Amino acid sequence: MEAFLHQIFAGIATGGIYASVALALVMIYQSTHHINFAQGEMAMFSTFIAWWLIQVGMPYWVAFFLTIGISFVGGLVIQRTILKPVEKAPVLTNVIVFIGLLVIFNSVAGWVFDHTIKPFPTPFPKGSFIESKYFSAHEIGTIVVMLCVLAVLFSFLRFTPVGLAMRAAAQNPESARLVGIRVSWMLGIGWGLAAAIGAVAGMMIAPIVFLEPNMFSGILLYGFAAALLGGIDNPWGAVIGGFIVGVLENILGAYVIGTELKLSVALVLIVVTLTLKPNGLFGKAVVTRV
Amino acid sequence: MPDLLEVKGLTASYGATQVLFDIDFRLAQGEITAILGANGAGKTTTLRAICQAVKTGGSVLFDGQQLVGKSTESVVRLGVAQVPDGRGTFTALSVEDNLKLGAYVRKDRAGIAQDIEKAYTRFPRLKERRNQQAGTLSGGEQQMLAISRALMLRPRLLLLDEPSFGLAPLIVAEIFRIMRRINEEEKVSMLLVEQNANIALDVAHHAYLLETGRIAVSGPSAQIKNDETIRRVYLGY
Repeated sequence: MEAFLHQIFAGIATGGIYASVALALVMIYQSTHHINFAQGEMAMFSTFIAWWLIQVGMPYWVAFFLTIGISFVGGLVIQRTILKPVEKAPVLTNVIVFIGLLVIFNSVAGWVFDHTIKPFPTPFPKGSFIESKYFSAHEIGTIVVMLCVLAVLFSFLRFTPVGLAMRAAAQNPESARLVGIRVSWMLGIGWGLAAAIGAVAGMMIAPIVFLEPNMFSGILLYGFAAALLGGIDNPWGAVIGGFIVGVLENILGAYVIGTELKLSVALVLIVVTLTLKPNGLFGKAVVTRV
Repeated sequence: MPDLLEVKGLTASYGATQVLFDIDFRLAQGEITAILGANGAGKTTTLRAICQAVKTGGSVLFDGQQLVGKSTESVVRLGVAQVPDGRGTFTALSVEDNLKLGAYVRKDRAGIAQDIEKAYTRFPRLKERRNQQAGTLSGGEQQMLAISRALMLRPRLLLLDEPSFGLAPLIVAEIFRIMRRINEEEKVSMLLVEQNANIALDVAHHAYLLETGRIAVSGPSAQIKNDETIRRVYLGY
């Protein structure tokens, strides 16, 4: 029983990471209706930046916040320079650009930081005061950090004028322009936020999966599964989907199919969701009257 | 009165299809000008051309400033608000958020709160529904919201695209009464595009008749209203 509980709690911790990857995907999907396939590699690259900052002697938390800032600016710059020119292009063009970004980030990371697997420090070491019977310190820390990210993001979107403008631009870009919102910049900010969220997820998962250029290939798949399961147009759904996927993956991996086949859980979830409930569990229908 | 808007040789096209051909018109400060015409005459495109939401040529001077070549967002920031075709409601947001968005480019918090209250006094129905999703409003309420949202900019020029469209006659009358009052009390100049010539000529000072992308007739509203030939040939009543 105790082992079972521990599996669940470990699942919640990784679920928090899937939730934030899913959230990053939803941020971009909502405003552009594109799935950013490079999301995982961008997060991986951010994590490498954090690793390098720590390597050159920066304290963990300074590196942590600096990395978030750098990632935000990086995401913004990528949208402004690479995606803005194809804003009105067909979906397939955008998909090619995303795959291009994925390959570039992957190769550049391998080239600059090489392919050897590196350990990444956790700010919540074993034996720190937050450790408890069922949770390791890093698991609790991860959950807390992820909840903070969610809280900050949701209050930004709900309570600030820029957040409101972002939601408006996502919903009805033409009307948004007519009230003076610079829609294209809102997409840029969306990319910045997605990159920043990805960076946090990367820094939280790196102590578990270790740091190397392909670390996110599996995680991104879980993120997709989470986003689809929760409803790709619903941020809350994506978060709940993330936790469901995390727990499910852990339980099935430990007791049913074994760790080697864990990743197929994500694939099965994606296929099942798309066939049975394409809008996801919480994909909301907008009420309109005409 | 000096001209607030002076349009000369305006052309507009969607891709290869030209929709407006050399349109000239002007709008005096503080007045309501109507652009009338049948379906497909280019009325909506004229408004979209002023806002630079479509490819345009020629000249559009707003208070002496050239609008052609600016982005839609920059035109709005100069004080040109639009009530778009189909009302442009942010359907998934609340009524109050829709109003706040109308004032997005303004920075005076106190003034914005005041203007929201003013909108609620003007249309009490909106106050009752302030926290409701805007998509659940009736057509008339959405039109009231669209006009209120545009006014939140404190615009110097208000562009209205068929505010009577799809609404019951009583609601149309109410909306036009309030529009006239806004024009008289707050001196907001308006450019009104309408298919319903009768009601538009009642409220407008000047009118232009648009026929397949060209101005066919223009003059003071009263004159157009009383000219039997124009009425029969262009307005069909």
